[in-house]
Amino acid sequence: MQPIIRQNVITLELPNFRNLGTILRIVLAVNAMTAVAALVKAPQLDLWTAHWLDLTAVVEPHLIAVLAVLYALAPWLGRQSSSTGALAVAAIVVAIGLGVHTLVAREVPEPPLAVLRHLLIALSVYATLLAYFGLRAKALSPAIAESRLQALQARIRPHFLFNSLNAVLSLIRSEPRRAEGALLDMADLFRVLMRDNRDLVPLADEIELCRQYLGLEKLRLSDRLSVEWHLKNMPGDALVPPLMLQPLLENAVYHGIEPSSTPGVVSINIFLKGGDVHAILRNPYQAEGGRHHAGNKMALANIRERLKLHFDAESSLESRVRDAAYEVHIRIPYRAAKVTSARALEPSAAAGRRNPDGETPAARSRLDVAAPALLDRRQEVPHG
Amino acid sequence: MADEPLRVLIVDDEAPARRRLRELLSDCAGAMPLTCVGEAANGREALELLHAVSADLVLTDIQMPEMGGIEFARHVLKLPQPPVVIFTTAHDEHAVEAFEVNAVDFLVKPVRVQRLLLALEKVPRLRPVSATRLEALPSTARRFLSVTERSRVVLVPAEEILYLKAELKYITIRTAEREYLLEESLTKLEEEFGSRLVRVHRNCLVARDAIRGFERRAGGEGDAHWEVLLKGVPETLPVSRRQQSIVREIGRENRRRGEGAAQ
Repeated sequence: MQPIIRQNVITLELPNFRNLGTILRIVLAVNAMTAVAALVKAPQLDLWTAHWLDLTAVVEPHLIAVLAVLYALAPWLGRQSSSTGALAVAAIVVAIGLGVHTLVAREVPEPPLAVLRHLLIALSVYATLLAYFGLRAKALSPAIAESRLQALQARIRPHFLFNSLNAVLSLIRSEPRRAEGALLDMADLFRVLMRDNRDLVPLADEIELCRQYLGLEKLRLSDRLSVEWHLKNMPGDALVPPLMLQPLLENAVYHGIEPSSTPGVVSINIFLKGGDVHAILRNPYQAEGGRHHAGNKMALANIRERLKLHFDAESSLESRVRDAAYEVHIRIPYRAAKVTSARALEPSAAAGRRNPDGETPAARSRLDVAAPALLDRRQEVPHG
Repeated sequence: MADEPLRVLIVDDEAPARRRLRELLSDCAGAMPLTCVGEAANGREALELLHAVSADLVLTDIQMPEMGGIEFARHVLKLPQPPVVIFTTAHDEHAVEAFEVNAVDFLVKPVRVQRLLLALEKVPRLRPVSATRLEALPSTARRFLSVTERSRVVLVPAEEILYLKAELKYITIRTAEREYLLEESLTKLEEEFGSRLVRVHRNCLVARDAIRGFERRAGGEGDAHWEVLLKGVPETLPVSRRQQSIVREIGRENRRRGEGAAQ
């Protein structure tokens, strides 16, 4: 059972050492600290740069060597518990510090115990950085908790829920099988929306969810909504934050399709390019929609925050209006799922084809994923 | 009267929602005589349809493309024998609150057959909701102004208005083609279309986009004043002393726009 009050637990979280943003942050922070140290050491301001250069001669080789080793060991570190990982990194810092020191000491004679001083400084810098990354992860994590809440409150607009229920009701007498399929899709959709969406999911799962969602919208809007999928070069196993695309499609329908009586196209273009996964969503831009765009901004801000938390500087999200179309462009680094989920493996799941019963194979596997989350919540209730 | 079937018109932009209401109406047909006289996908289509068929009741959605339900209800009042309008909404907190405050009838979707039957039975005793109560409902600016001509409701698209001029009891709407007479308050129109229209005189609102320029004229009693020059029509409109600041303001706006276009 997970602790109920998570807010006050001190987090010890190692960052991903292969992330460009992490590396950049470490390099900048260490150099800034070196500069300050040089300033403290220098008796006069004009000697500052000289002292700084002296310091960097020792600090930079140490720093670069540590970063290189951490880069190499990143996958292994990712599998360790956070305390083991933190200790392992400390050991690496000490070992490389000793190595660098012996190399430098060969050139320049040093006072006794200099090596101990060097290691103490290196370890305190490491502790400071560790605290910084822990705090940073904590600062961004509300975005994840919030996404779940938002999904329930604002993201799935009540507008969508009640209109879809109404559409399903209209099918029950004349086309009961279609109504059945639509209700199953709704069940799947809400199951994903209500679970704890903390972990990354394979892109194929997110696409399947989007297909189910758009299927429901098509039920209501029929010919007014057409959807174009360009997924030929999509890596289905790429890991993405859950609900990365569905809220954006919901916006596309609400702002781009519903205010107009002429048919419109929502297009989804996902491809792999230069080690990055790109997702481009387009919908017609309605200048005089007369609808509030606050919901749109909220969804964009939430997705942007979650991308930042998971991928830092390696991801981006941009939106713009071009050629009478509203366009959202997401870029994330391509990371394949280690154990491909049952859904990503099954081509029929990714293609979203339904067997005559109206149930997708994916629906079953998602149930397994959701069940523990449901149990968790039930246990929490009596305490809360 | 009691034997005559109730004539109902259904307005909703979603086909399944219309079908659902039709099914429910046929369920109610056993309990009371009624007939569905037609369906429309938005307020504009519905108004058009009401010129051909008459209805006692219109069941209309609120959010629809081209013309929403609340604007439709306002135009419907201009018909010689306006039907009763009951709104249907899936979810619109603001609207529902306002309906309750203003005692405007509405149904929430999905609609229960019992609830619909109750509403239908009430209709013969209901009068159409007054224009003032409709104005109190939350709604964006209307897309059309409407006037009655030979017992038809004529819609004037808001973007075609060049200026509105109050004269005695009526307001003259001027478009590039012709003039219409409207019975509304200029102050309320200014509130509603303030982003599009600008007041140049106590009795006159001009569309910002229609202003070609200003001209200084010597007045009859030696008072010089500004006149608005309009695009597409020969007549000019006087700018009152109180509104003189707009001459500069609009001149600046137009220059900026001109520069933007030149770049």
